[in-house]
Amino acid sequence: MASLVLRNLVKSFGNTEVLHGISLAVDDGEFVVFVGPSGCGKSTTLRLIAGLEETTSGEIEIAGRVVNHLEPKNRNIAMVFQNYAIYPHMTVRKNIGFGLRTSKLSKTERRARLEEVAEILDMTDLLGRKPSQLSGGQRQRVAIGRAMVRDPAVFLFDEPLSNLDAQLRAQMRLEIKKLHQRVGNTIIFVTHDQVEAMTMADRIVIMKDGHIQQVGTPSEVYHRPASTFVAQFIGAPSMNMLAGEAVENAIHLKSGAKINLDLGLKNGLPVIVGVRPDDLHPGGGASILEGTVTVQEPLGPETLVYVDTVNGEVIAKADGRVPPQVGDHVALSADPDCIHVFDAESQEVLTRPL
Amino acid sequence: MYAVNSEIQAASETLPSKHALRKPVNMGQICRWLLLFAGGILMVAPIAYMISTSLKWPHEIYNLSLVPEEPHLENYIYVLEDGRFYGWFINSIIIATITTASNIIFDSLVGYTLCKFRFPGRYIVFIAILSTLMIPTEMLVIPWYLMSQSLGWLDSYWGIMFPGLMTAFGTFLMKQFFETVPDDFIEAARIDGLNELQIWWTVAMPLVRPALAALAIFVFLGNWTAFIWPLIVTNSVEMYTLPVGLSSFGDEADVQWELIMTGAAISTIPTLIVFLVFQRFIIRGVVMAGLKG
Ligand SMILES: Nc1ncnc2c1ncn2[C@@H]1O[C@H](COP(=O)(O)OP(=O)(O)OP(=O)(O)O)[C@@H](O)[C@H]1O
Ligand SMILES: [Mg+2]
Repeated sequence: MASLVLRNLVKSFGNTEVLHGISLAVDDGEFVVFVGPSGCGKSTTLRLIAGLEETTSGEIEIAGRVVNHLEPKNRNIAMVFQNYAIYPHMTVRKNIGFGLRTSKLSKTERRARLEEVAEILDMTDLLGRKPSQLSGGQRQRVAIGRAMVRDPAVFLFDEPLSNLDAQLRAQMRLEIKKLHQRVGNTIIFVTHDQVEAMTMADRIVIMKDGHIQQVGTPSEVYHRPASTFVAQFIGAPSMNMLAGEAVENAIHLKSGAKINLDLGLKNGLPVIVGVRPDDLHPGGGASILEGTVTVQEPLGPETLVYVDTVNGEVIAKADGRVPPQVGDHVALSADPDCIHVFDAESQEVLTRPL
Repeated sequence: MYAVNSEIQAASETLPSKHALRKPVNMGQICRWLLLFAGGILMVAPIAYMISTSLKWPHEIYNLSLVPEEPHLENYIYVLEDGRFYGWFINSIIIATITTASNIIFDSLVGYTLCKFRFPGRYIVFIAILSTLMIPTEMLVIPWYLMSQSLGWLDSYWGIMFPGLMTAFGTFLMKQFFETVPDDFIEAARIDGLNELQIWWTVAMPLVRPALAALAIFVFLGNWTAFIWPLIVTNSVEMYTLPVGLSSFGDEADVQWELIMTGAAISTIPTLIVFLVFQRFIIRGVVMAGLKG
């Protein structure tokens, strides 16, 4: 059953339209991550779902009910904010209990529910404290707890981890994922960090300029990006993009290399060839590019090499034990199965590697 | 009454001088301390004279000596035994307390609305409120009087209080402070199911406690010491506030300064209490506001 359906959602602020028709169906219990660059409309979408902003047009359905005209509190959602928004003048217990204000539970049931949530979040000992006596991660957990007590149909998270340091972020990422596996509510999670998106999501929604670019599992969006934007946004370092031209059953790169790919493309069609650094290696079989190493970044098992070519700078991955040195002339090769081809004009994918 | 705050400030500012002297002293520092010392004396002097005069006999009140020839408490006994003083004291307490409570509620309600809600004309309303700050009380007294007269408010608590129940300054102060309350708090509360009035009271108000404390001190002191308007609007001695009442001690020919000073000395006590009580809130509030999240 779909727990959240967005139908052609449009939002304008004054005369500026910032969302241009967002449509999406989220299954019950799914963990969906909205990802995209700053200003693409992720928060706005979330705020529309929460009812903090009015939709300009389109429909929002939560748990089978159109909620466009319902107050936030009646939408059966809970939201966790970027800066936690836990009330500094209340104890942890009161903060979490706040989420139950509108519930029809009896006093003892509320208490039990609160304690159950505290237990799940491992915060039973902290219930008497004020937020000022908590660490950043603990505060974030209080915010999650306040959302959890309501047992909503949909959880909304707006960049909840961006105020935490890298280590804590990784830890909370794992905790939220575990929490989801345990409680099983539907989660919509907004982030601009593609690593967060890849590691947590059941499905990723990639947005740009108020449009959905692609919806798919982490593996789908990584291995089969629908556009150059998605291809470059997902994966780090980002995919190398090489200008080329379709010629008969091959693609000619500016470098002069021919890549044999039978895509049935029109002769002379300008294309963009995408190769991830992970798929581009110095040496190996038929080279598609060559150039001089300008920078070397050892990562341990592998070394990233930046290579200056006629197609511009590209990044390749070399074996960490015997990497090419700066100044070396290298030939780069890639498995044809790992090559993405995009239309240079529409920026959309022409073929997806298997 | 502001002199009272200043005295406390001056006292706390001169305290660290002992420590400073242990370090090598430079000219700049000496100048600074001298300046502060002069300022301190300037502020403390009127209060010292007030207390000194309250301990003098009538014949020596024009003697500038700070130390009374024979200090005595007769003035205090006289003032406290005079029934009128209690009446004025109670009047002042009632008026200052109600006005303070009213300002806390209404200034912050309006300030919050102007700060957190988007509605047409919001900016104009704000400017209109601000512009009233530029009209001096002296100019308003006559319209207020005429208004009170035609509405039958003369010589009543309501008549004394109504001009100060809300202030533009308080509204402005609260609006500025509500700007520091992140919208996330308010939206989170909205999702948690609070109505707008509840959000204001249970979420926003506790977060601006330092501002409320400052406002309370300002309003209380302002009303406690208000003179011109209460003097004009009251007719009967029973309706006088403390400053008006004190000024009436003695007859036209013979102002009894020692009694006025005694009454003034006693009347500083509530202001000290108010200041000390709310000052604690200010400090606690600042500590709280300094925390992220
Ligand atoms: N209240 C508003 N009034 C006018 N424009 C707004 C308002 N809120 C958002 N916008 C605009 O809508 C667009 C999308 O904003 P939104 O906050 O949804 O971006 P985002 O994807 O969440 O970005 P970020 O990653 O920076 O949080 C932006 O161009 C922003 O300027
Ligand atoms: Mg955002």
